[in-house]
Order: sequence, then structure tokens, then C-alpha cells
Amino acid sequence: MARVVVDVMLKPEILDPQGQAVANALPRLGVSDVASVRIGRRVEIDFSGEADLDRAKEIADKLLANPVIEDYTVRVEQ
Amino acid sequence: MKIGVVTFPGSLDDGDAARAARYAGAEAVRLWHADPDLHGVDAVVLPGGFSYGDYLRCGAIARFAPVMETITKAANDGLPVLGICNGFQILCEAHLLPGALTRNQHLHFRNRDQRIQIENTQTAWTRDFTGSQEIVIPVKNGEGCYVGSPELLDQLEADGQIVARYVGENPNGSMRDIAAVRNEAGNVVGIMPHPEHAIDLLTGPSTDGLGFFTSVLKAYAAASVPAPYQPGVVPPAEDAPEEVEA
Repeated sequence: MARVVVDVMLKPEILDPQGQAVANALPRLGVSDVASVRIGRRVEIDFSGEADLDRAKEIADKLLANPVIEDYTVRVEQ
Repeated sequence: MKIGVVTFPGSLDDGDAARAARYAGAEAVRLWHADPDLHGVDAVVLPGGFSYGDYLRCGAIARFAPVMETITKAANDGLPVLGICNGFQILCEAHLLPGALTRNQHLHFRNRDQRIQIENTQTAWTRDFTGSQEIVIPVKNGEGCYVGSPELLDQLEADGQIVARYVGENPNGSMRDIAAVRNEAGNVVGIMPHPEHAIDLLTGPSTDGLGFFTSVLKAYAAASVPAPYQPGVVPPAEDAPEEVEA
């Protein structure tokens, strides 16, 4: 099986309240040297044949990410 | 006039939206997400709820429902479409409206009666309001934070595409207190609070929400009236018989 991994992240200028909530909880773990936390989504696509990067890009662009607020990267998992 | 109300798997407010359409004097027609046929409706409401479980992003999967392909085409041809809450999210995902809706800034689901100000009455859904009219309707969302680039927001302000703003406390962190936006043509409107829950004092905080539904009836009536007679303008003859020389 050929796997393509798509990482979707909120654009840097879009506020990530979930990431902020996690960052705010870190001092309770005794962690004080973290400047910021941002949370994204990792999607694993398993092609039945060859890994099709172009197809994966199309899927990411049309469905997995909303280009208004999110950036994505697509890579074949080795 | 027939107002279609779409039911997606996970829609919650389709019943109230249909009821609001009937209260305003329209015939409510229930549309199904898997059926691309709009059954001759003159306007469409995309109701609130959690279509497809809000999986991936709110509205991201509903956008690809068979009924949405037909609605997107019809909306681009001028069909009045109102998206409420989840419906607003679907319209943004379908690129029928600019911007996007994200998680409430404070991460809490917010459910309360909300004061908003109507800013633009040049739409199929707000023409029954007066400019800067304040109304109270319920807000209930977890992902209602409206975002867009500063350039986009400036452009929306300049073009009058911001239909309503929150007054008092902003319930979700929406940029520039935006509660509702419209497309350029004004036939498509998305609103985060719920007008369909405020049509009867027995069940809502006001009857202010009814104005959205009476507006679309008026827009429909206005569009159905033939163009007024203009002196001096001779209408082109249709199928005029050719003159036969004797």
C-alpha cells in the first residue's frame, strides 16, 4: 500500500484557540520555556496502487484543507 | 412562494426553518441532501445543526452533497439562499460567501439571546428591516468565529457586504463583530445567530427573526411584477406579423 501524508495547519495569521489553551496548560506541567503551540491535522491516505501525489494534492485542496484559513503539505511516506 | 429547507444528516433546525417560512406566509418544501432536485422552490434555506457530524470542518462535507451542486449553480443564477449557523458554514465552504468560520475564540459553546444590528438591507433576506435596526435573536454555536484577511474585511465593509454585526458582547470572537455577510449580488446571505428561532413569543425571545422570511417573500413579489410602463419607450414587438404588400 502506498501512503501519502497530508499535514493541514491553520495559517499563521489565524488565531488557534486550541493551541493557546494547550500552551496555557503547560505551566501546570512545570514547563515554562514554550513560546507557542499550534494544532493541526495529519491525514493518511492509502492508495490501492501507486502513491498519486497529484491526486492527493487535489484531495487536500478541495476537501482536506480550507485555503481561506489553512495551509497544507503533501508528501509520500517512505 | 415556495421556500425549500434542506435536511442534511445531522441538521437540527430544519423543522424550525420550515415553520418560520410558513409563519411568513410561504409554502415550506422539505429538500433532501441526496436529492439534487430543488422541486421548483423559489428560495432555499440551509438550516443549522451539525451536518455530517461536523467531521473535518463544519460544512466541509455537506458542500459536496448532491443537493448542494444544484443549489450552488442556482445561487450563482440569482436564487435567494439563506444559510443559518451550519448553513452559513456550508455557504463559506462552497465559496458562495467569502471568509470562513472557525472555533469560538474562547472555545466554549455559546447559547443565549443576542442583540445584533442589521447593517445592510439590500439583500433578498433583509429588505424588510430598516438600516441600523437592532434585533434580538438566539445565538448558539461552537464554531461561529468569522475570519478573513484584513484586505477581504476592508473590501466587505466598502462594498456593504456585512449584513449584521453583534452588539454588546461578541459571542464568538468574530472579526469586526461580524454576524452575517452577503454575496456581491445580495441573493445569498449567511448568518450565525438563528432568526428561525425568533418568530413567535411563545418559543423565542422576540419575533424579530420573521423579518428575514418576510423579506424574501417581498423580494419574490417584487421580482414577479412586470416592469413598469415607461412613457416614450416602445416595447419590442414579439412575433410581429410581417407586412404583406398588397
